[in-house]
Amino acid sequence: MELDRQSELNALRPDLLRFARLQLRDAGAAEDAVQETMLAALTGSHRFESRSSYKTWLISILRNKIVDIIRGQSRESAATSLADDEEGDALLDESLFDPRGHWLPGARPVSWADPEASFEQQQFWKVFEACLDHLPPKTARVFMMREFLGFETGEICKETGISSSNCWVVLHRARMGLRACLETRWFAGAGD
Amino acid sequence: MLSCKEATLLMSQEQDRRLGMGERIALRLHVLICAGCNNYRRQMHVLREACRRLGGGGTP
Ligand SMILES: [Zn+2]
Repeated sequence: MELDRQSELNALRPDLLRFARLQLRDAGAAEDAVQETMLAALTGSHRFESRSSYKTWLISILRNKIVDIIRGQSRESAATSLADDEEGDALLDESLFDPRGHWLPGARPVSWADPEASFEQQQFWKVFEACLDHLPPKTARVFMMREFLGFETGEICKETGISSSNCWVVLHRARMGLRACLETRWFAGAGD
Repeated sequence: MLSCKEATLLMSQEQDRRLGMGERIALRLHVLICAGCNNYRRQMHVLREACRRLGGGGTP
């Protein structure tokens, strides 16, 4: 059977918008990306059996729109603003590691119980999005490019004008921040 | 011997590039004896998978 695409599209619009906002951190640009995606979706002639396959297809269009927007934005001193994000780094390290670089007892990562079960819960995704939103903006941008938009690190360097060693460090910071946030806000309560 | 701080940087990088032989061995030895980093490494996989699903590969 064929889905009622118009009404499905309206129903999925908030999800698309949320995704675009997470990536772009700019409500206006996110709105534009979603508009263009909806327009492209309405003129396309694919057939879909289920809402989830339709959503996957929409997100792949949206992802391309977001990539276009990122490419279009000038490389607006990405490198200098990354320095702002880094100010907290030394402090963060001190709260995690002892002077020899080993985990402080309170910071040592614990085992996350059954991630698959967490993925099933709506509430987990709320927390996950909130944690993504907590990352410093430029750090988040680099992380999103890598994990959601499918950029290789070499391309990220080119698009943002940062060096590759800086890129590794930024991605590392993003993951470090994200896992700490998830552990505190989700797995510490839900897990062992 | 790697410190945990160094190990976490490598565990992030292994998501993005193929580690060199020396790096792989050092990391393997470290996670063998360090429970915290062993957990951290699994968490890196969970993060990757969560991102994949949020990005439409299997809808949350
Ligand atoms: Zn360790």
